[in-house]
Amino acid sequence: MNIPSDLQYTDHDEWIRVEGTTLTVGVSDFAQDQLGEIVHVELPEVGSTLAAGDAACEVESVKAVAEVYTPVSGTVVAVNEALEDEPEKVNEDPYGAWLFRIETTDTLSGTLDATAYAAKVG
Amino acid sequence: MDQELRRTPFYDHHVAAGARIVPFAGFGMPVQYSGVQEEHLATRSACGLFDVSHMGEVRVRGPKAEDALMWLLSNAIRRLAVGQAQYNAMCTPEGGVVDDVFVYREGAEDFLVCVNAANRAKDFQWMIDNNPEGAEIIDEGDQWAQLAIQGPKAVEVVRALAPAEVPDLGRHRFVRGPFAGIDGCLIARTGYTGEDGFEVFLPAATAVPAWSAILEAGAPHGLLPVGLGARDTLRLEAGNCLYGHELDATTSPLAAGLGWITKVKKPGGFIGCDAIVARRDAGAERVLVGFRVDGKRIARQGMAVLVGGTAVGEVTSGTRGPSVGVAVGMAYVDRAHAEIGTELTIDVRGREATAHVVKMPFV
Repeated sequence: MNIPSDLQYTDHDEWIRVEGTTLTVGVSDFAQDQLGEIVHVELPEVGSTLAAGDAACEVESVKAVAEVYTPVSGTVVAVNEALEDEPEKVNEDPYGAWLFRIETTDTLSGTLDATAYAAKVG
Repeated sequence: MDQELRRTPFYDHHVAAGARIVPFAGFGMPVQYSGVQEEHLATRSACGLFDVSHMGEVRVRGPKAEDALMWLLSNAIRRLAVGQAQYNAMCTPEGGVVDDVFVYREGAEDFLVCVNAANRAKDFQWMIDNNPEGAEIIDEGDQWAQLAIQGPKAVEVVRALAPAEVPDLGRHRFVRGPFAGIDGCLIARTGYTGEDGFEVFLPAATAVPAWSAILEAGAPHGLLPVGLGARDTLRLEAGNCLYGHELDATTSPLAAGLGWITKVKKPGGFIGCDAIVARRDAGAERVLVGFRVDGKRIARQGMAVLVGGTAVGEVTSGTRGPSVGVAVGMAYVDRAHAEIGTELTIDVRGREATAHVVKMPFV
């Protein structure tokens, strides 16, 4: 199980990269493995305003659908549109296949570091 | 506390092959090996091997066996020849469906009924309780393993494994004989995937070596082991009903499009026959349709179907069909909206997706 040490993780198996006030969100290797082959990603709209804990997008496999939650409140500033045509990238490269970027004034809290996340899903 | 999951005779092979095991109908079953889409496409283009040993088998025999099944089941059991298999619905007096089953006639007074895994105990009890003719009814579910070999290359795969007449079996015909070195098998040209293929009942006690033998014989033909995930996408593309989705105790077999196995005029009738006819004549029942979704969202079981903002039905199954390449599904809709080409709206978790009624099968 690949769990990069430079990312934060949530209880819902999202990964988060923090760069200043911009957070990039994707789903973890564990999450994509559990879901199986991803066939559709429903991305949020750029410019939409979300509250912490809102479902920001959906990742759908042949058998199941998972909602991806934003860990902070803010405005969606970018989405990975390439996933609309190649949703399988989420399986192939879960940490490269980011889903959305959100600009926030919140301080990220309640997340797990790689060690803690590894302990949870291991 | 979780109940211990039962295992089929081939369980260790699934684990060794890296399958993901999930609970299904009380069994730990392989949902996928290499991946649902790869397994699906291999079955359409070459061949897939499925462990379906979780399915149940009920023996019905004796001088009253035929009469008992004529009463219990919807199809024309009396017309079934020895060595022939037939799809049937087992119905409630209210015209709902207890289960959909496959009946294999082994002799004038000897039938094997294959039932859905989730319905094994219920079906057996139902058959015992609705047996006024006094046929002998025996639960053989634990005695049989079952494998399906499906796909355009299936006939080539079984050529090396089965008696010489097997590749020439007609559709829904079967023979008894050795298969993959296992004696006493029932080998049928039947299946659930929409492809040519065979289903083989093997004595559970001796079945284990068959798995590897079939994989070996199939390898040159591109055979892959296939899990329940692809079994579901294959049957859905083929337009086949699945109990618990398209069929249950509330659905009439006619509404489900199973008029071809529902012989409402057969002499003596059958359990539920009058109710099925009455429900049909009342004309108020929703009917099963196939649909294709525009765009990339996937409709799933339980989602509402709308026309002009009014609920007109409900999705029973839906997936992205690996062979058709788009999201497809089945839904019960009001009769007024069942015509081919009708535009439907499906409520996909609060967002509307447009779909159209299309003819089934999807492939």
